[in-house]
Amino acid sequence: MKGIAASPGIAIGKAMVKKEKDIEISREQISEDEVNEEIKKLHTALKKAKSELKTVRDNTAEKMGEEKAEIFDAHLMILDDPELIPAFENKIKEDKLSSSAAVKEVIDHYASMFAAMEDEYLKERGADIKDVGKRIIKILLGKEDIAEKLNEEVIIIAKDLTPSDTAQLDTSKVLAFLTRDGSRTSHTAIMARSLGIPAVVGLGDKLMNKNVDDDVLIVDGNSGDVYFDPDEAIMKKYEQKLADYEAEQERLAAYKDKKAKTKDGEEVEIAGNMGNFADLDPILERGGEGIGLFRTEFLYMDRDEIPSEEEQFEVYRKVAEKMGDYPVVIRTLDIGGDKELPYLDLPEEMNPFLGYRAVRICLDRPDIFKPQLRAILRASKYGNLKMMFPMISSLEELNNAKNILNEVKNELDNEKIEYNQDMEVGIMIEIPAAVMIADVLAEEVDFFSIGTNDLIQYTVAVDRTNEKIAEMHTPYHPAVLRLIKKTIDEGHKADIWVGMCGEAAGDELLLPFLLGAGLDEFSMSAVSILKIKELLENWTRKEAKKEMKSILKLKTTAEVKKYLKKIN
Amino acid sequence: MIRLAEEKKVIIKNKTGLHARPAAQFVQKAGKFDSKIEIIFEEKEVNAKSIMGVMSLGVGKGNEILLRADGEDAGEALKELEEFITVEMPKEDEEE
Repeated sequence: MKGIAASPGIAIGKAMVKKEKDIEISREQISEDEVNEEIKKLHTALKKAKSELKTVRDNTAEKMGEEKAEIFDAHLMILDDPELIPAFENKIKEDKLSSSAAVKEVIDHYASMFAAMEDEYLKERGADIKDVGKRIIKILLGKEDIAEKLNEEVIIIAKDLTPSDTAQLDTSKVLAFLTRDGSRTSHTAIMARSLGIPAVVGLGDKLMNKNVDDDVLIVDGNSGDVYFDPDEAIMKKYEQKLADYEAEQERLAAYKDKKAKTKDGEEVEIAGNMGNFADLDPILERGGEGIGLFRTEFLYMDRDEIPSEEEQFEVYRKVAEKMGDYPVVIRTLDIGGDKELPYLDLPEEMNPFLGYRAVRICLDRPDIFKPQLRAILRASKYGNLKMMFPMISSLEELNNAKNILNEVKNELDNEKIEYNQDMEVGIMIEIPAAVMIADVLAEEVDFFSIGTNDLIQYTVAVDRTNEKIAEMHTPYHPAVLRLIKKTIDEGHKADIWVGMCGEAAGDELLLPFLLGAGLDEFSMSAVSILKIKELLENWTRKEAKKEMKSILKLKTTAEVKKYLKKIN
Repeated sequence: MIRLAEEKKVIIKNKTGLHARPAAQFVQKAGKFDSKIEIIFEEKEVNAKSIMGVMSLGVGKGNEILLRADGEDAGEALKELEEFITVEMPKEDEEE
């Protein structure tokens, strides 16, 4: 089977299919003399659920902070509810239902009651009740959470993985991810790359139709090939590949402590992209010299409400302190498109990528935007923070964003709160319109950072989450290359630095083009850093510039790709 | 001697009514007493110590509820719960 190679590496290991969230339960009737047994089973399960929840609560508090752990306090409270247990028991006694069926009926009743309420908070409590119910039922049926079951190394198979799914996983035990949905830039892919775990995504329906639990599979995250029933020859070939891959990793390990330099010794800034705090170590370990993109969306996801200024400040400060003198570019909230925040209750859109998203929401909702700006500014005195706005398409938008920033600065001044007055402010260049007026925008900012994922999507008109046209989402399109070149040129004309934080910055083939075009900062997933450092040693800016000029003359994606392969 | 349950009518004054965070705090308070405590609202009766019961009532601002307590500490319970609803809960509105 072949899918989209989303995160490099090779894995050979046992498969584990991630169970669907909704567990099917039949309305099982029991006889009178089974009642006591079922009630006993129920109480054992409730006890276990309680101790599980306490563990999850404490682990979450430790890993992600008290605030994130509060959700589990709410779950514990539900479990302690005096109405709940008698309701379960009644269903068993009166309706003669099995314990799992009884739990399901009671939970469904409460959950639908809450879900029907108008109040947003209560609606969400409906989801909590369901969650608790699911936990009890899983215990009753002997089905464990995927997170707890990983006592050996496995290849995870799922329809798709949400950020909360991956957060729950013990990723040290995951050999590879295989998903039915997704593309190179979907969350599973980005997450897998930042964790350094091989992944093949967009495998389609046939993936889920296979019954492969515990089978040994081969996953090739470089080519996108997956072998479900490998014969001896293939197995041999891949064992060799795996050995080679490990040898390469060993070779690349030498670059961990080396500065990123061209052949003639010019230092080049290689930085990493991060979502949450856990991404920092992999970047620093590989010698990344900064954060070119801090996706703050992750602070806003998997929760019930917008994170407070204080909570955000703590995170930004921690990151700033950990990175010390290294720059950290914090991107303000980039929500919408394929990243949703249920609690904002935004209406579904026909074209979410062209819709109400990112800075468009922020400009419309100062109640969301301002606390984030305040938190970033306040954290700015603890390190080398920079700020950038995503999805800027016009000078008006940029001015509006800067006006709000100035308002916030004035507020802080009035409150006598210190911050770095000279913090650099930049924008993402990810919309062709922004490239076309880059000369105008460059006058107003301290830097550009090219976001290639969206830039490709908007330039070539290709939905980056649509697997059917995934092949078209490529940075090698001549139009994309010209836009990149123009952005860098306009930036340099205005004396500002230009970086790239899209996936293309870590693209091995594209390196000579970007280097030759004069890119100042390359920010990529941690897994790409060592390889890029190694490749950098093959080039001088001058040589690369010559190649860049030849590449810009090419007419098709295929020609570009062929040329890049030849010179690499 | 037959001991009758004590009752008290209370009007909800705070913005969010008796759900969300106030409800959780109310339930915790009710849970401290040994008496059986119920809330009666629009002909529905729920256990005041049950978060699900209390929230399912959907009591909003301006609604009148009846608190009923039965047990040794019934009087004390009603006094404290009434105070919580009429004094403590509206205070939180001001803080926001």
